[in-house]
Amino acid sequence: MNGRAAAAPPSEGRAAIMVAEREINAQVRSKSFVISTAILLLVVLAGIVVPSLLSGGDDGGPLGTGGSGDETTVGTGIVVAVVDEVRGRLPELPGVSLEPAADEADARSRVEAGTVRAALVPDGGPAGVRIVVQDSPPSELVGALTVAPAIEVLNPATADEAVRSIVTLGFGLVFLMAAMGFGSTIAQSTVVEKQTRVVEILLSAVPARGLLGGKILGNSVLALGQTAAIAAVAVLGLVLTGQDHILSLVGAPMAWFVVFFAVGFVLLAAMFAAAASLVSRIEDTGPVLQPVMWLVMIPYFLVVFGSQNDTLLRVASYVPFSAPVAMPVRLYLGEAAWWEPLASLVVLAAGALVVVALAAKVYQRSVLRMGARVHLKEVLGRRAATT
Amino acid sequence: MLEINGVSRSFGDRKALDDVSFTCRDGRLTGFVGGNGAGKTTTMRIILGVLSADAGTVTLDGRPIAESTRRTFGYMPEERGLYPKMKVAEQLAYLARLRGFERGDADARARALLARLGLTERADDKLEALSLGNQQRTQVAAALVHDPTFLMLDEPFSGLDPMAVETVQGVLREQASRGAPVLFSSHQLDVVERLCDDVVIIAGGRIVAAGEREELRAAYTRPRYQIKAGADLGWVREVAGVEVLELAGGEALFESDEVTAQQVLSGALSRGAVLEFAPVRPRLAEIFREVIENEQNVEVAA
Repeated sequence: MNGRAAAAPPSEGRAAIMVAEREINAQVRSKSFVISTAILLLVVLAGIVVPSLLSGGDDGGPLGTGGSGDETTVGTGIVVAVVDEVRGRLPELPGVSLEPAADEADARSRVEAGTVRAALVPDGGPAGVRIVVQDSPPSELVGALTVAPAIEVLNPATADEAVRSIVTLGFGLVFLMAAMGFGSTIAQSTVVEKQTRVVEILLSAVPARGLLGGKILGNSVLALGQTAAIAAVAVLGLVLTGQDHILSLVGAPMAWFVVFFAVGFVLLAAMFAAAASLVSRIEDTGPVLQPVMWLVMIPYFLVVFGSQNDTLLRVASYVPFSAPVAMPVRLYLGEAAWWEPLASLVVLAAGALVVVALAAKVYQRSVLRMGARVHLKEVLGRRAATT
Repeated sequence: MLEINGVSRSFGDRKALDDVSFTCRDGRLTGFVGGNGAGKTTTMRIILGVLSADAGTVTLDGRPIAESTRRTFGYMPEERGLYPKMKVAEQLAYLARLRGFERGDADARARALLARLGLTERADDKLEALSLGNQQRTQVAAALVHDPTFLMLDEPFSGLDPMAVETVQGVLREQASRGAPVLFSSHQLDVVERLCDDVVIIAGGRIVAAGEREELRAAYTRPRYQIKAGADLGWVREVAGVEVLELAGGEALFESDEVTAQQVLSGALSRGAVLEFAPVRPRLAEIFREVIENEQNVEVAA
């Protein structure tokens, strides 16, 4: 009949994408989001660059203290012991002073004693030389060789203890901040839609599942985007300060972290949205979000403070709430077999599916109930099935 | 034509709707009248499909309403709501896109509708920057932006200034004249009386009266007549079957059946000139009061 030529409504999936697009636009255009993201990225960059500047560069010298500093560094440069037969491989380098060594054993002992920063010894590999260091190879030296030399690290364990906790803390902090930050964002956006009643109009246009799906998708993209930006800035910082060798150690765990984060955040976002849909006013969100906050924070503290406990860490790397932090840490520590991240990811994805399904149920049944807080048993109970 | 057939719904032990049936006909404005908590919003939510019925059906043109059809309905909830921090035109275009319009088309529709409602200059302002009246106009626009196949508004006139009431009335008539059925609830019985073709009265979750406005007027009160004559009408009090409501010299207002009224008229003509004689239709407010009172009496008796 006349006037009934309305457009065909989009599919649930397409509607969800439109909802996601609006969520992203609303955030990206808000000044507070832009400013807080900029500050966050600056803090990350500063956290990497400033310590390295204060210590006069990571390449300043061996770990030893006391008199060794004078012997191994000339000005700001470094001292390298060179076995005579490979002397010709190394050009004159500014900031690098060479000290002849009789043979490999001699050079090695000087590195161990801390009188030189590194030693250049003959090697059977394609480069023909090998660099022997206490902990991390000086980039001047590595860069000066046309063919990348083999590197032998004499004393990796001591350096690891410190770096281990820093890396663990880094993964943990990034996860916690993104989870809390974007979790709160999706919770807030859910309650605001309920409080302003725009949800009634939206639900006349989009099924509840599409709406929830769109919100989860939009906020997950934002969270993942910010996390990827943090990772990129961290890489940039490491390269700028010449610590790019760390990348070879954290690169793979970082990539895994991003994958785990993507799946793990979907799970968290669904919980935040479902919890928030139980209340009708921003002021009431505190109590309903608290259990979700604990679920985010407890695994984080377990991983950060229990990172020395291998059993705890192994268990945590399979629990969906803590896996996004625990598994990359284990990968970094080299404790996980190749199949373990895949298995954990399957567990996490299954957990996320279950949680999203439950969250959709809760959301669907509580999002139109205005006024007093809706209790979980009311929406998940048997009677609720007809709502 | 939208038909609601025997719809019931309980919340816990409370029966919110009890065997509710009525129709909204194409191209007509149907007023949905009832006190607070009578079941208007629950009925609307069931029509909209955001709430399920315990029993009964809702059909459009005789067919059950498919999900995709429901999405072409337009709805304005009683509690107004849009995104406060989103720009007006962008907001309407977003809603049109969710209903299936392409981006460019959606934007054009939003702007055309805003022009119709006199909001062109505010199109790119955030909603929260608009005056309350303009926010309410925007709210009406949100229900219309996709040319709904069925339009439903919960209290569209509450809190509107007289100018906005005029505009919204005009827009609702336009929508009905496009051919779509329009259902709206209101406490403002004078507006319903002026605007509606059909009226549905709900009380305590039950439909107590439904039909064309004029039929309801005729059916729900004893007919009243106004008579104005040259001579004194005091004698009318003595006519059997007549209840005089007002009497002042040559003017009287009385209730009676039609035959008796004709007797009064001929009696008056035999006594002199009759200047005026007309049936008086009761106002909707009076019908409403009467219907609700009857309902309460029934409840007390039960």
